[in-house]
Amino acid sequence: MKRVFPILAVLTALLLGYAFYQAMWVAPTDALQGDVYRIIYYHVPSAWTAFLLFFINFIASVQYLANAKPSTKRAAKWIVIAIGVVGAVVPFIPQVQQQLPTGMYPSSVATTFLIIAGLYFLVGRYFPGQSLDVLAVTTAEVGVVFCTIVLITGPIWARPVWGIWWAPGDIRLTSTLVLWLIYVSYLVLRRFSDSAQTQKLAAVLAVFGALDVPLVYFSIWFFRTQHPQPVIGGGGSMDPRMLHVLLISWMAFLCFAFLVCWSRYGLEKLRREVEEAEALESLLEPADPSERTSKGRVPLSRGPQ
Amino acid sequence: MNSASSLKFLYAAYIATWTIHVLYIGSLVRRYSRLRQRKKELDRARSR
Amino acid sequence: MRSFWSITLATLAKDIRLEWRSKDALNAMLFFSLLVVVIFVFSFDPLAEESRHIVGGLVWVAFLFAAVVALNQTWARELRNQVLDAYRVSPASATALFVAKAVGNFLLVSLLQALMAPLFVIFYNLRALGPAWQLIPVALLGTWALVVNGTFFAAMSLRTRSRELMLPLLLFPVSIPAVLGMVAATTNILTGENSAHFYIVLLLTYDVVFTTACLALFETVLQAE
Repeated sequence: MKRVFPILAVLTALLLGYAFYQAMWVAPTDALQGDVYRIIYYHVPSAWTAFLLFFINFIASVQYLANAKPSTKRAAKWIVIAIGVVGAVVPFIPQVQQQLPTGMYPSSVATTFLIIAGLYFLVGRYFPGQSLDVLAVTTAEVGVVFCTIVLITGPIWARPVWGIWWAPGDIRLTSTLVLWLIYVSYLVLRRFSDSAQTQKLAAVLAVFGALDVPLVYFSIWFFRTQHPQPVIGGGGSMDPRMLHVLLISWMAFLCFAFLVCWSRYGLEKLRREVEEAEALESLLEPADPSERTSKGRVPLSRGPQ
Repeated sequence: MNSASSLKFLYAAYIATWTIHVLYIGSLVRRYSRLRQRKKELDRARSR
Repeated sequence: MRSFWSITLATLAKDIRLEWRSKDALNAMLFFSLLVVVIFVFSFDPLAEESRHIVGGLVWVAFLFAAVVALNQTWARELRNQVLDAYRVSPASATALFVAKAVGNFLLVSLLQALMAPLFVIFYNLRALGPAWQLIPVALLGTWALVVNGTFFAAMSLRTRSRELMLPLLLFPVSIPAVLGMVAATTNILTGENSAHFYIVLLLTYDVVFTTACLALFETVLQAE
C-alpha cells in the first residue's frame, strides 16, 4: 500500500471517533424515542454508503457491457450525456416543477442527474478496461457489508421504538433487503461461475438488479396503502442539529468505506496477478514431476477469493 | 419501553456494526497474506 | 436466411416434439407439482377462516417451486448434445432461441398450473369473492414474469457449479416485486376486499421491462463460454 494509506487511515479513525462523540453526546436527545434513536447515526450513513457503492457498481457494470463493442460504447456515452442534459434542464420547466414532491428542489434533482452523468465519465476515465470489473467486484462486496449493517441495525432500532422487529410494509427496509439479496446473489454468481465470461454475466445481473429496484419500491409502496401498518411516526423534518451530526457521521463512514474499497481493490488486483502467474506456471511446467510447485492445478475460476 | 432498557439496543447496534466491519477487514487481511504468500512461492519457482 | 419467427417456431416445435416423445421428465414434473400441493394442504389448514387470505400466497409459492423444477431442465438437452455451440456459430439470432425456450417454458409451467390450480380449488374450497376473470391476466402475466427471467437465469447458470441451485438463487431476488404483485392480486381477487388493478399494471410493467432486458442481453449470455 502506498504511504498515504496509513495517514488516511489515522485521519479516518479520528473522524470516526469524532462522529461517535457527536452522535453519543453532542446530538440532542429525541423527544419521542429517547436516546435509542442515536442508532440512526450508524444506520442511515451505512444505508447511504451502501446505495452509493451499489450505484457505482451499476455504472461500472453498464460501462463494462457497453465497452464490449465500439458502437455500443459510443451509444452509451451519448445516452448518458442526454440523461445529464435532460435531467439538468427539465426540473426547471414550470409544469415539471409543480409535479415535484414538496421539499424536492429542482436544483437538487438537476444536480443529481449531473452527478450521475459525471460519475459515469469519471469511472470510465479512471478505470479503463479490466479495472472496471475490479471496481465492480469491490463495490459490490463492500456494499454488501454496509447493507448487512443496515439490515441488522434496522430491526435493532425498530424493536424498542415500534415494538416489532420487522414491518412488512416498511418500504425502505424491505427494499434494502431485496437489494441485499440481489447483490449477495451477484457475489455468489461470481464465486460459482467457471466461465471465462463471468464478469460479463455478473454485469448483466447487476443491470437486472438495477431494473428491479424501482419495481420493488413501487410494489411495496402500493401494498402498504392497502394494508394497515404499525404507526411509524417520526416523519417530517429533522432537527438541524441532528441533521448536522448525521452528515458528519456519513462523511466519516464514506472515508472509511473509501479506505476499505481501496484495500479490496488492491486485494483483487493481487488475486488476478497470482491467477495469471499460476496459469503461466502451469503452461511452463517442466516435464519432471518432482519440480512441480505445490499447487499444480490451474484455477479457472474467476470468482473473488 | 423505558429509556434504560432501550439503551441496550443502542449499544447492541453499535457493537454489531463494528463487529461486522472488523470481521470483514480481518477477512481482507487474511486473504491478502495468503495471496502474498502464494505470490512469493510463484516468484521463487519462476526464478529457479 | 430464415426469418426470426420461423426459427423461433421451429425450435419451439422441436422442443415440444422431443418432450412429448419421452414423457418421463414431464410426468415427473406433473407428479412433483401434485406432491407440492398435497404438502401444502397438510401444512396449512384449509378449513381455517383465514385460509382465503393466505391461499394466494400458497398457490404462487407452489407454482414457483414447480416452475423452478421445469426451468432447471430448460437447457439440459442443449448442453448434452453441444447444441448450444452449434447455435453460437450459426447465423440464427440468439433472441429467436430465447423466445422459443421462454415460450416453451411458459407452456410447460402453464400445464403444471392447470393441474395444480383445480387441486387447490378443491382442497381449499376456493371461491372468488372478487371478479374471478381477473385471475386470468394475473396468471398469464405472473407466469410470464417467472418464466422469462427463469429462462434467462437458467442460461446464466449453465457455466456455474451447482447449476440447479444457482437458478433459484438468481431468480428469486429479482422476482420479488412480481411475486408480491401476483400474490397480492390473487388475494385481492379471492377475498374481494381490494382491487387487483394496480398489481396487474405492476405485473405488466415488470413483464415489459424484463422481457426487453432479456431480449437485449441474451446474446451476451449465450456467447459466454
